Amino acid sequence: MARRYFAIAAFAGLIVAIQLTTLVTGTAYYLTQLTMTAYYSLIVVGLCMLIGYAGQISLGHAGFFAIGGYVTAFLTTFDLKSHQGAIVSLLSKSGALVSRQDVYGGSLLTVHPWLACAAAILLTVGVAYLVGGPVLKLKGHYLAMATLGIGIIVYRIVLGTDFLGASDGISEVPGFPLPGGLLITGDSSSRISNYYLAWGLVILGMVLLLNLIHSRIGRALGAVHGAEDAAEAMGIPTARYKLHTFVLSAVFAALAGVLLTHYNGGIGPSEAGVMKSVRYVAIVAIGGMANLWGALSMSLVLNYLSLRGYFGTYDDAVFGGILILIMLFAPDGLLRRHLLSDLKRAISRNPVEEEAP
Amino acid sequence: MTLLSVRGVSKRFGGLQAVNDLSFDVVPGAIKALIGPNGAGKTTIFNLISGFLPPDSGEIVFGGEGIHAMSSCEVAVRGMVRTFQHIRLFPKMTVLENIMVGRHVHSRAGFLAGMLNLPFTWGEERRIREKSFEIMEMLGIAAHAGTEAIRLAYGQQRVVEIGRALACEPKLLLLDEPAAGLNMRETNGMGELISRIRDMGVTVLLVEHDMSLVMKISDEIVVVSYGEKIAEDRPLAIQKNREVIRVYLGDDE
Repeated sequence: MARRYFAIAAFAGLIVAIQLTTLVTGTAYYLTQLTMTAYYSLIVVGLCMLIGYAGQISLGHAGFFAIGGYVTAFLTTFDLKSHQGAIVSLLSKSGALVSRQDVYGGSLLTVHPWLACAAAILLTVGVAYLVGGPVLKLKGHYLAMATLGIGIIVYRIVLGTDFLGASDGISEVPGFPLPGGLLITGDSSSRISNYYLAWGLVILGMVLLLNLIHSRIGRALGAVHGAEDAAEAMGIPTARYKLHTFVLSAVFAALAGVLLTHYNGGIGPSEAGVMKSVRYVAIVAIGGMANLWGALSMSLVLNYLSLRGYFGTYDDAVFGGILILIMLFAPDGLLRRHLLSDLKRAISRNPVEEEAP
Repeated sequence: MTLLSVRGVSKRFGGLQAVNDLSFDVVPGAIKALIGPNGAGKTTIFNLISGFLPPDSGEIVFGGEGIHAMSSCEVAVRGMVRTFQHIRLFPKMTVLENIMVGRHVHSRAGFLAGMLNLPFTWGEERRIREKSFEIMEMLGIAAHAGTEAIRLAYGQQRVVEIGRALACEPKLLLLDEPAAGLNMRETNGMGELISRIRDMGVTVLLVEHDMSLVMKISDEIVVVSYGEKIAEDRPLAIQKNREVIRVYLGDDE
C-alpha cells in the first residue's frame, strides 16, 4: 500500500515541477493545454480500468464524454426566462437556477452548473447501465463494434439536433464555481489554479482506481479478465462486475466532459467523434493496457503534444497509427516492467526457452 | 439425507440426447464418482449440476433447494464449487492471488468500499490472505505463493485449482477429471488429497477416467453410458457388474 501512495506522491511532485518550470521559463501559456490534458487523462484512466483490468473494450467513450459535456452545456446556457412555469419557479425558489449576464449584456436565467453536472452524470449512468447491460454480453470484436455504435449514435444525435447547436456545438458555457471562490474556467487569470484543480482531480481519480485494483473487486475483475467461466464458478457475478466497471469508466468520461466543457466554455460534436474514442483506446494500449500509470503518463505526453498541435493535420492519423503499431509490435504496451528483458530475448533468442513444454 | 439430488434430468443438443432422464443422489461426507466411456455425457452432467448449462427437464436439488434454474455463480454462492477438465487458472495472477479469488463468496467489500479503501476492508483483506496461506500450506504449495500460477508444473496447477475451490469452503466439490494429465506418482498424490478433502468434511463428486484411482477412493460410483445411468453401486460391486463390463469392454462374441 505504501508503494501505491509513494507513486501518487511522486506524480503530484511531477505536476508541481511542471508548473514551476513553466513559471521559471515564462511559458505559463502551456498550462492551458496541460489543463485540458488533465481532463482527457481522466477519461483515459477510467477507460484503462475497463479495458486493462476488466478486459472489456469500449470504442464509445467519447460518446459518454459528449453526453456529459452537452448536458451541462445545454443546461447552463439555455435561457429559462421565457419559459416561466410551475417547474421553473419551483427550481428558481430552491436555488437551482442562476441569473447571469450573457456576453451582450442581456440577462439569462439558467440551471446552476452543479445541478447541470449532477444531471449530466445521472444521465450518463442511466445510459451506461441501459446500453451496458445487453452490450457487455458480447465479447471481443463484437463488443468493440457495439460500443463503436454507441459512439456513432451520440455523435449523429448531437450533430443533428438543432438545440444542441448541430455542427456548431454549444458555446458561451459559464465557468464552474467551486467552494473557496475558485472557478473552473479558461480565463488566463486563473490558469494556475485551474491547472492544479484539474490535475488534483486526476490524482483523486487515480487514488480511487488504484485502491479498487488492489481490492477484492480488483482481484475479481482480474479473474473475469483471465478466465470468465472460472470466475463465475468461484461465485463472482461476472456480468454485474463488468457492468459496474463500464458505468464507472463512463462516469469518469462524463465528469471529464462536464468540467472540460466549462473550462473551454463550450463543446462541439467532434468531441463525440469516433476518432476521439479511438484515440483514448490507443493511449490505453500504448500505456500497456493493464497499467494505470502507463496510461496516465502516455496520456500526459500524447494529449499534450496533440493539443499543442505537434501532429498537425495528421492528428487522428497519428493515433490510428499508434494503435496499429502497438497491436503489431508491442501488444503489452510500451511502458512495462519486462520490456527491456523481452527486447533482449527477442534479439538473442534463447533456444532453451523455445523448447516445447 | 442427501446433499445433492439429480432427478430425471435430460439435456439434448440438436439431435444428440446427451443426458437422458438421469437420477442419482450424493450423500454428505462421501466421495462419489461419475464414470463412463468417452462421450457418455459426464462433462455435460457436470455442467448441468454446476449451473453452466440449464437442463431441458428434470430437477437438481442442492441442500434442499432447487438449483436447476440458477447460474453457476449462484450455485457457487450456495456452496457448490467445481474445477475444470482443462485447468482454468487466472493468468497474470500469482498462486496466492488465484486462491484469494476463491475467498470471494466469503468477503463483501464492494466497488465503493474498494475505491475508498474503507477501514473494514483492511481486516477483511488480512483474513483473506491468512486463510489463503492456510490452504496453500495444507496443499504444500505455499512456497509458490508469489509465482504466476500458470507457470507452475501441470500437476501443481491442478492442486492450485483445487486450492482455489477449497478457499470457497464448499459443501460439495465437483472435480472434473482431477488426474487427467498426471503421472502415476502425481495421481496417487491426488487420490490422497481427495480423500483428505473428504475427511475435512467436504463432499466430493468427481468425473474420472483413471479406474484404479476411482476404485480406490470412491465410496460410491455412478456409471453412465450414452447419457443414461446403467449402474450405481459401491466400487467392488461395480467391478463385477456385467452391464458395466459390457459397456467398457464390449460383448463377448
